[in-house]
Amino acid sequence: MPKVDLSQFEFTGHASNLIEDLTTMPQAEKERLIMSGVDVTGVGRSGTFLQTDHNAVHCETHQPGVEMMDIKDALKKYDGLDGYYWTQVDPDKDEFTRAVAENVHGGYFIRVAEGVQVQDPVQSCLLIRANDTGQNVHNVVIVEEGASLHIITGCTVASHDTKGAHLGISEFFIKKNASLTFTMVHNWGENSVVRPRTGGVVEAGGVFQNNYVSMKTVKDLQSYPTIRLAGAGGIARFNSVLVAPPGAYLDTGSRIIMDAPDTRGEIISRTITTGGTIIARGDIQANYVPARGHLECKGLILGKGVIHAIPELRGTVEGVELSHEAAVGKIAQEEIEYLMARGLDEDEATSTIVRGFLNVDIMGLPARLNDAIQKTIEESEKDMF
Amino acid sequence: MLKIENLHVKIGQREVLTGIDLEINAGETYILFGPNGSGKTTLLMTLMGLGNYEVTGGKIWFKGHDITEMPTYERARLGVGMSFQRPPTIHGLSTKHLVRMAAQGRDFDVESMARKVNMESFLDRDVNAGFSGGEIKRSELLQLMAQHPNLLLFDEPESGVDLENMHLIGKTVRTLLEGEIAPRPDCSMREQKEMRSSSGLIITHTGYILDYINADRGQVLYDGHLCCEARPRDILEHIRAHGYQECVRCLN
Repeated sequence: MPKVDLSQFEFTGHASNLIEDLTTMPQAEKERLIMSGVDVTGVGRSGTFLQTDHNAVHCETHQPGVEMMDIKDALKKYDGLDGYYWTQVDPDKDEFTRAVAENVHGGYFIRVAEGVQVQDPVQSCLLIRANDTGQNVHNVVIVEEGASLHIITGCTVASHDTKGAHLGISEFFIKKNASLTFTMVHNWGENSVVRPRTGGVVEAGGVFQNNYVSMKTVKDLQSYPTIRLAGAGGIARFNSVLVAPPGAYLDTGSRIIMDAPDTRGEIISRTITTGGTIIARGDIQANYVPARGHLECKGLILGKGVIHAIPELRGTVEGVELSHEAAVGKIAQEEIEYLMARGLDEDEATSTIVRGFLNVDIMGLPARLNDAIQKTIEESEKDMF
Repeated sequence: MLKIENLHVKIGQREVLTGIDLEINAGETYILFGPNGSGKTTLLMTLMGLGNYEVTGGKIWFKGHDITEMPTYERARLGVGMSFQRPPTIHGLSTKHLVRMAAQGRDFDVESMARKVNMESFLDRDVNAGFSGGEIKRSELLQLMAQHPNLLLFDEPESGVDLENMHLIGKTVRTLLEGEIAPRPDCSMREQKEMRSSSGLIITHTGYILDYINADRGQVLYDGHLCCEARPRDILEHIRAHGYQECVRCLN
């Protein structure tokens, strides 16, 4: 991986004004937000958080039981978020975590009160607007006992060629019998450097579902979220759909640590390169029984590009059940012929198979986001075959 | 409908079909018997234009068109439809979507047709994902109902299928070949039967399918050659009684 030189980015001086009404934003930005899962009308959302460059510009929720604020405000209000802040990610992990620890610009704090089932998703977006901006954010999400929440978070740049660095810490706390679905849509650009650092803990009976979609070129991205199942019956699932166009470099992975009995973990990634590089990592560790984990990485190389699948399984006690399935290759001729026998020509058949491969229906996303993803797939098809 | 002239087919270096001649008329169903490895599946795959089957000699005519070199999808659009014995799973593509595509823009009520083959609860599932033998057959039939082919190619309709499914599959194959025949004031059942235009080429080992369809002619494919043209039931009885050994003598 190319070394990132943080001195090329400006980590001070990009304060933004509040945006009361998100619909007043420039059309081009609104469109990039939609592809990042954020609907500026706020329709069908329980709340909206938007940060541009170095500070939050919009934060509202009208849902009882959902608390959402700038992380800096939360740190003041809750006495440094003791017991939460920097407990899931080590501030000394690397230069990126250190940069955020030294100078945090913002990020969101979201907490759902005990037993509250939030129907509509909360949406958040971290936008880099000014060229050369380095953005340090720190997010903390707490889902209290028996509560449930879906967060859709988009990360994007104002224009596809905006130069920027995004360093983002996220820490998730899923309490007893609570559930969090975290859908992240990356919509970066050819000059974006991205270093998310994510950790979380799931207590007994809790469920963490992570959806990750990235289909646009990103210059250099590295992420490896880690979720620890700390209580009996906890479940974690990671589902990623990634496309690397020419010029993209994505080093991504997911890690599940099963530290309690009756836990389940699943990591599924589907990746396509049309010229970029994808490193698809996955790691499931089981330290208690019964524990079941399955890891699946499937990659298609369409034209040029590199896919490097690195699935890892670690069992430390007798009786764990861990499995993985990895494949990197091309579209199966057998599948193309099957569809051709139903009357589809070769291009139609290929495109149908690729769309199926990238199908995100299982993520249960809002219609507008789903449409935007389908549109992106259509656009990227011209690079595919 | 279909005319095969002196067809030679190679897989890799091996010549599997060594001069096949066969004609199937409109509305006629032809049954193909033969031991494993005799080239039956190769013949069907070649007619559909699939895979690594290289035609090294001869011609295939369908509805008056020379389809010997025609790509698979054009054959399908012209009216050749095949039920696959081991179709691939396609991730992320729902059965419903595939059935709709197979209809190629024709009016086709997917839900009610799916009910006829007991597939309504499979419509949202990925194509062939975790389907049992009987489910695969029913899914193939549903796709063919949507496709509405003039020539139906069916490789072993009874393989991997229990008795209950066999009944449903048998009836459905008959409908595909003969259409829905029922008493009607304007047209006698016999006239309806004469109007049918779909032809079939069916491979069978067990002959169970013969209980459901009206098969006119049959032949044995043995070692790349066709022999012993007769009524399918007679062939079946003969094979049951004497095995395929007699076919060798016939060929010599």
